[in-house]
Amino acid sequence: MESKQKKYLKLSGLEPLVVTPESNFINVGERTNVAGSKRFLRLIKEEKFEEALDVAREQVEGGAQIIDINMDDGLIDGKAAMVKFLNLVIAEPDIARVPIMIDSSKWEIIEAGLQVVQGKCVVNSISLKEGEAEFIHHAKLIKRYGAAVIVMAFDEVGQADNYERRIEIARRSYDILVNQVGFPPEDIIFDLNIFPVATGMDEHKLNALDFIKATKWVRENLPYCSVSGGVSNVSFSFRGNNPVREAMHSVFLYHAIKAGMNMGIVNPTMLEVYDDIPKDLLEHVEDVMLNRREDATERLLEFAESFVGKAKESKVDNSWREEPLQERITRALVKGIDQYIEVDVEEARQASDKPIEVIEGHLMTGMNVVGDLFGSGKMFLPQVVKSARVMKKAVAYLLPYIEEEKLANPQEGDSEGNGKILMATVKGDVHDIGKNIVSVVLACNNYEIIDLGVMVPPEKIIQEAINHNVDIIGLSGLITPSLDEMVHLAKEMQRNNFNIPLLIGGATTSKAHTAVKIDPQYTEAVVHVNDASRAVTVVGDLLQKETSSAYKIRIKEDYDDFRDKFLKRSVKKEYKTIVQARENKFQIDWGNAKIKEPHMMGIQVIENQELDKLVSYIDWTPFFRSWELHGKYPDILTDEVVGEQARDLFSDAQKMLKDILDKKQLKAKAVFGLFPANTVNADDIEVRNPDDGNTYEFRTLRQQLQRREGVADYALADFIAPKESGVQDYIGTFCVSTGFGTAELAAEFERNLDDYSSIMVKALADRLAEAFAEYLHKEVRINYWGYAKDENLSNEELIKESYKGIRPAPGYPACPDHLEKLTIWELLQVEERIGVKLTDSLAMWPAASVSGYYFANAEAKYFGLGKIKEDQVADFAQRKGISLEKAKKWLAPNIADD
Amino acid sequence: MSNIKEEIQKRILVLDGAMGTMLQQYKFTETDFRGERFKDWHIDVKGNNDMLALTQPEALAEVHRKYLEAGADIIETNTFSSTTIAMADYEMEDFVYDFNYESAVIAKKVAEEYTLTTPEKPRFVAGSMGPTNKTASMSPDVNDSGYRAITFEELRIAYKQQVEALLDGGVDVLLIETITDTLNCKAALFAIEEVKEERNIDVPIMISGTITDASGRTLTGQTAEAFLISVSHIPLLTVGLNCALGAKDLVPHLEVLSKKSEFGISAHPNAGLPNAFGEYDQNPEQMASQIKEYLDKGLINIIGGCCGTTPAHIKAIADLVKDYKPRPLMVEQV
Repeated sequence: MESKQKKYLKLSGLEPLVVTPESNFINVGERTNVAGSKRFLRLIKEEKFEEALDVAREQVEGGAQIIDINMDDGLIDGKAAMVKFLNLVIAEPDIARVPIMIDSSKWEIIEAGLQVVQGKCVVNSISLKEGEAEFIHHAKLIKRYGAAVIVMAFDEVGQADNYERRIEIARRSYDILVNQVGFPPEDIIFDLNIFPVATGMDEHKLNALDFIKATKWVRENLPYCSVSGGVSNVSFSFRGNNPVREAMHSVFLYHAIKAGMNMGIVNPTMLEVYDDIPKDLLEHVEDVMLNRREDATERLLEFAESFVGKAKESKVDNSWREEPLQERITRALVKGIDQYIEVDVEEARQASDKPIEVIEGHLMTGMNVVGDLFGSGKMFLPQVVKSARVMKKAVAYLLPYIEEEKLANPQEGDSEGNGKILMATVKGDVHDIGKNIVSVVLACNNYEIIDLGVMVPPEKIIQEAINHNVDIIGLSGLITPSLDEMVHLAKEMQRNNFNIPLLIGGATTSKAHTAVKIDPQYTEAVVHVNDASRAVTVVGDLLQKETSSAYKIRIKEDYDDFRDKFLKRSVKKEYKTIVQARENKFQIDWGNAKIKEPHMMGIQVIENQELDKLVSYIDWTPFFRSWELHGKYPDILTDEVVGEQARDLFSDAQKMLKDILDKKQLKAKAVFGLFPANTVNADDIEVRNPDDGNTYEFRTLRQQLQRREGVADYALADFIAPKESGVQDYIGTFCVSTGFGTAELAAEFERNLDDYSSIMVKALADRLAEAFAEYLHKEVRINYWGYAKDENLSNEELIKESYKGIRPAPGYPACPDHLEKLTIWELLQVEERIGVKLTDSLAMWPAASVSGYYFANAEAKYFGLGKIKEDQVADFAQRKGISLEKAKKWLAPNIADD
Repeated sequence: MSNIKEEIQKRILVLDGAMGTMLQQYKFTETDFRGERFKDWHIDVKGNNDMLALTQPEALAEVHRKYLEAGADIIETNTFSSTTIAMADYEMEDFVYDFNYESAVIAKKVAEEYTLTTPEKPRFVAGSMGPTNKTASMSPDVNDSGYRAITFEELRIAYKQQVEALLDGGVDVLLIETITDTLNCKAALFAIEEVKEERNIDVPIMISGTITDASGRTLTGQTAEAFLISVSHIPLLTVGLNCALGAKDLVPHLEVLSKKSEFGISAHPNAGLPNAFGEYDQNPEQMASQIKEYLDKGLINIIGGCCGTTPAHIKAIADLVKDYKPRPLMVEQV
């Protein structure tokens, strides 16, 4: 089986590193080496492994493609330190993405390292120093562990220090490895010993040149292998004179790389750009490196005097400021840099006839680049929102000039944008993160946005649409009752003879719901758009004169078609009657169930929860999702596609979070209660408030979809002991909020034209609310109720909900009916106690709030109600004492179509 | 006995489908699992499929026959969890050798029956080696990311025992599959190399990694190419992917392996993704139609099924692949 794969050195961390002839020089990070870094040595000695990890991380961020790890120090247990540090490194995806070089002079440390790293490493190093037998033994094991190897030019006689000895040892090592051990030649890397030059000793004059010549020989005569080395050695005699050292490193590398050196340990901050080395210095250094003059060393020493202590310029690259105006403006928009935008816009204004031309010309040119990059997946949402921030600042700067211009020339009409779009979160709903993101992205594409905010009544949407003569209406909502509001608004638009398209978006919306329920109500185009990047193309297609009518017809047909298919889905679902379903309820052996009476019965209020305590409970994955960056935290931070963006976003989020915590900008409150309870009439949970003796009833809903035999039809009531069992059981209810202050903060950011931060603060408040719910649940389990005293779970396990007991929330799959919130509010006096309100659609305000029940039974689990039938709806209406019509309205999303 | 290395150059070989799915249909009770030999065992054993080699050998043979009847060229031994590490839950570490050995013997016997009837189509037995239930490069404790529940050395010893027993039982190939942690796989490879050297034999090795989700990475975070590089130090019969995803979702990752590897390529995907009830509901035709893409693109040398696949799936796949040539093994890299 002859292989035709090229023999390249291939290494791996979490990601591959393939060294081809076209590859640039591979830079090996050396700061995680106790022999090379005092700081690292100190951290390892003091067992500050977390900080030591930062050293590794800095290197990878600084561009190291491999990290060398060395624990050889007399005062350290090298083997233990190597294993411990590697295990920690492996757990950090942002470090572990690069391959690791396991560096030690002790075999037992190398082997211990090889046993803990999944990727293909490099062993640094082996040599013939102790003879052939040991060399072969180690090489064989390295091959079996699957690593590449650095071979030092060292043998039984000593270290190679001239050209002949270098090639003699390299050839002998290579022959043994390839022919006797069967070691893949592409996995061999020679370290041909870099020694100092300009030491004043004659025998050192050829140190650099011999290395370079030997490198060339090895690359030409020993096929497929690589050459490496530690570069800083070469300039050892100029310690303290960094400008000269930097030049020496560059000159050495320039020649060694040309000869075939393809990797090495280089400190990137100790490197000058070859072309930037002053000509005279370059000449002096090259004389030494290439041994071109007898007096080369003396001349360089003398010359070097004049360079001592010259500080290097600041490293911030501001060279883009030299570019032409349009490039500067485009760059500021693409990179989201607002530092110079006003200066640049002023320059553009002075160069233009009218201030409006700056917007239509310079700024739109830049925003088109942003739009193209976003459209082709080269920019991500958080970046675009930052671009929008720069754009807003620029426009705000220009506005007074534009107003002035208008006063001067009143006859000229308003400049025409691409179109006007009205955006609103529907009545009863308070969630607006998604809506705001879509608004910002559309605004970036030169659409004028009329944003009516949240909880907008339908009359107002209709009226404002007429007043502003908008081209499109976009509706958003997160909770299920909003779906009905959207249907209602479509009907209203029809009744008012609107002829503009309607966009639908938000977490609970779907193409199915839009096609089946909304689209039939309105003769014009209705489009479901659930992400910001699609919004731009959809709006473009809808408003572009040339394409618009054809697109609208296509959309209408598409939704007709989708609706037909959806309604005719081949599998007709079978349902049980509610009576049958109750007979098949989930059984708990109440006689033997362990029921714990809560420690603290009744209602408790947490007035001012410390936010710091909640941070570790945050589940970050949904945070990234709200910015349309998809992937699991923390893996998303190292994702190939969105990793960089995710890191930037995460770092901005951390900064804001710190601010919120330091300045106590948000207030967190909670109310919760633990009560005696029993299930009555199969599906109702009767709760007694011991404080006032009143009883309340929660109506739960039961699964009806026909499923496999032996699977129960669940209702939450099944998790509470029935009254007739004679067992006293308990239930909890709660509401937490971290949203107090969010609206004010967001408004302030918006006033400062900073939508990015405004969206960010809301997204963070949402995460904190979820974290608070998680934290409080834990406190309840361990302390207040105390049924899981011994629980000890990590945050990840909390997110995975590995604990005992559940906290389902009304409006979510196990209990999609929002009406029960009213009972929770009455029972806990939520609004009176902590100020969280319910809207007409029973959304919570502030939005960053979570409410629900606590069930403690070990067998309680989350389930999805699925669709239910009319018989249960009628039964529910009767139990609840409401009209059938009202019950149908609230349960609509869950009622099965016949 | 024909050589599998030669065989995969002549035609695409079909690997069997899920064993667990098939065994479930027998609805074995606790008593059935225990059989005579373990009737007084002190721990519940229902669900320990690997012990059925000792207590319900006929059922195993029957499942193997169904797959061979459906057209499989390679059947896997029922030894996915037969290591001392994975058997610790049932405290059955002492029977690991027997599980592996007996499973191999059962599979080998059935395979030979079928080879005899059609000698031009030799059947092979692959000794299945699962990932165990512990990971050598990931901590089970999120508060202590440096902690490891198992070491390379412990894995090496456990795998070595499994390899020896499987070889003693007569397997033709060793299949390290459902690899979630590449370090576990490297320990298995290390063990195999030791056995090869000690017994002075060569044995074809198949390895099959698992891309856990849409991130396109293994559980321990490697991309398909990084995984390939990490295991290419040992000569392999095939490298491939199985489990976690359906056939369609494996395509981009198989393309990477196919393009970058000098070894044969295998895949045994699940029957689609599990539905809300954890069941796999992709039917044989759907699965085969997705696998057609592998064949049209020439990605594959060995193809079979993982979770949720049945003899009907394998038959659909076998019917499909017979018209296709295997992926050529000498790949020119562009």
